[in-house]
Amino acid sequence: MSEAASTPGFRTQRFDVGSRFFTGLTGLATFLILALLAVILANIVWHGGESFSLRFIFSNADKDMFDPEKAGVLPMIIGTTARVLLMTIFVLPVGVVTAIYLTEYAHATSIFTRIIRGAVNNLAGVPSIVFGLFGLGFFINFIGGQMDSLLAPGNPEPHWGKPALLWASLTLAVMTLPVVIVATEESLKAIPPGLREASLALGATKLQTIITIVFPNALPGILTGAILAISRAAGEVAPILFTGAAYYMAGLPHSLADQFMDLGYHVFILSTQSPNIEKTTPILYATVLVLLLLTFALNIVAILVRSRMRKQMRLMH
Amino acid sequence: MNSTRFLPGFCAEAGGCAARQATVPVRPEIKPMPHKYITENRSVGWMGLHRGHKARPLEWLVEKGIFLVSLSAIVVIFLIFIFVAREALPIVAGKMNSAALRPARPVSDLGKMTPSEIAEYLHLTQSEYANLAKNPQTLRELMLVRVEEQQDAPKDPDAAINTTQWRYLLRPYQWTGYDKPEYIWQPVSNVPKYNLIPLFIGSLKATLVALLFSVPLALGAAIYVSQLAPPKLKEWLKPAIELLAGIPSVVLGFFALIVLASLLQGLFGYQSRLNAFVAGIALGLAVVPVVFSIAEDALTSVPRSYTQAALALGSSKWQAAWQIVLPAAVPGVFAAVVLGFGRAIGETMVVLMASGNASIVSWSVLDSTRTMTATIAAELAETVFGGHHYRMLFLIGALLFAVTFLSNFVADVVIHRLKRRLEGQA
Repeated sequence: MSEAASTPGFRTQRFDVGSRFFTGLTGLATFLILALLAVILANIVWHGGESFSLRFIFSNADKDMFDPEKAGVLPMIIGTTARVLLMTIFVLPVGVVTAIYLTEYAHATSIFTRIIRGAVNNLAGVPSIVFGLFGLGFFINFIGGQMDSLLAPGNPEPHWGKPALLWASLTLAVMTLPVVIVATEESLKAIPPGLREASLALGATKLQTIITIVFPNALPGILTGAILAISRAAGEVAPILFTGAAYYMAGLPHSLADQFMDLGYHVFILSTQSPNIEKTTPILYATVLVLLLLTFALNIVAILVRSRMRKQMRLMH
Repeated sequence: MNSTRFLPGFCAEAGGCAARQATVPVRPEIKPMPHKYITENRSVGWMGLHRGHKARPLEWLVEKGIFLVSLSAIVVIFLIFIFVAREALPIVAGKMNSAALRPARPVSDLGKMTPSEIAEYLHLTQSEYANLAKNPQTLRELMLVRVEEQQDAPKDPDAAINTTQWRYLLRPYQWTGYDKPEYIWQPVSNVPKYNLIPLFIGSLKATLVALLFSVPLALGAAIYVSQLAPPKLKEWLKPAIELLAGIPSVVLGFFALIVLASLLQGLFGYQSRLNAFVAGIALGLAVVPVVFSIAEDALTSVPRSYTQAALALGSSKWQAAWQIVLPAAVPGVFAAVVLGFGRAIGETMVVLMASGNASIVSWSVLDSTRTMTATIAAELAETVFGGHHYRMLFLIGALLFAVTFLSNFVADVVIHRLKRRLEGQA
């Protein structure tokens, strides 16, 4: 249709004021959304750049974290990275295997498939704060409490039954499960059925076909899922409010049972708990910039890995 | 008829076949395939595993493992429901009592009470009671503590009320010092007041503002990108708008708090700087990508032949989009709005930072407001584990879960129907 419209002398449309007007209106809505996005990003980069320095990134958080001269975000960067990496380790295998079941094994019409799909869809819509409550009720109080009473009975000081890096990562893993499943499923569906059929025709079993043919072909898509999950989780604060994030910690977390400082939570603290908002606004902006850069950096690394894999795949075929 | 000759089993069953078989030249009898090699009858068990061959033992194990792992999504949904509801259950069942003033019994009553009465009176579990009952002196002292507690308790007549009962959660009540019945959320006070209505209204207000702001924008953009934009522009527009989803909600909250709040107050000149309006606009920014991408998907999934037919009949692109494509995709658009509602009502950090967090009953969007999610986030850290305030926040969480579950379910069903309808007509 667009070809027809662009062919000279072949006009399908009359000049129509109403159509022009409404096309302009919807275009305006699109433009307005993009403008808002640009304003937010420009505002953060502009103001954040002013007090953004290497010292700010690589220095430890001082006891007085509201002091613009001494404040640093290194422990928050490490904390956020650690929880996101742990989460990825937990969520990827489970999400990928679930997606493999849904696309390779399950019947589209079977009752189990439909229930699993419904559960995945619902999981994607559960509010993040409810995941926080779930993490507290299930991971910390239930699992952590049980572990404490099993491993160190009689010890009144909880070791596992309190907010910790491990519980925050697991809570985030549960939250990002649908993201990984949906992305992996899409990449599995994109693989031409002929590849599978050829493998089966040569005598490979179904599982061999999945492991040697389907899975390697789907890897770029699976990495996309991981990227999406990471970028969603890196900025989430609500689920870790009660499951692991610390207001202030003197050192870095040493074990999975330690709490951690988090970039997103630190943004929240700096914007709402600051004793002198005028004075701390520059470091607040810089922290927001670091958070955005970190999520984008993680994204870019993953995108590079993905494009390299795509190239290798092309050579293979 | 000829084909029946190749199916000896069929012929044997159908009565008239035997006579005809005599007239047909005799063919070598084909033995039916042994049952265990027929693929359709194998491996499509109750787990829905579909395999084209007989699996080796190890593969059989691995495949069952794959099935079990894939149940994780269901398991997690159940666990969320169970563990959030479990913490809220005592309130729903009326087992909690928040009254500071409760009738105390004199210590001498100890002899007259049954063990279960004593345990309930002293708030002991069965095992705790069994431990303590070995030493009557301890029980006596605990009774004494209760009596002393009551003497120190506030003399406020409201202090005898168990405020965790449903009627205090949902209906207005005239507390001492107030001149009319009111809805009050005030969990940290002598008499904890847990009326949920202010929080419901707060959540609805912020959500409505967010939807009023984001739905027209997102739908307009979805129509433009899917139907009207030149194909080359479209390739750029879609990921650019979806980039908005990549901005963490805490950053949106920060932007609303630091930049948007002062800007909007300067523009409209209202009283309180942080209110449902500011929070709603920022919330709208979080909702836009959700509504946009689902509506865009629905519009794109309408077969191109619809548009082409409309254009061939002389309509403009806009007329085709508005009168043909949009009506066909209405269920998908509806689902997009429903999911946007779920996203808005469940969003925490934006409203926690930008709504002002005053739990007052007011329908004005320009008043400081407090939502359900922000209440949980702000108060849970200060509650006593297992106390009534703690359980009340879990109850709010369970309600949120129920609301979003319902909106997801509705959207899911609607989208499913739309897909089937479009596939049927395409």
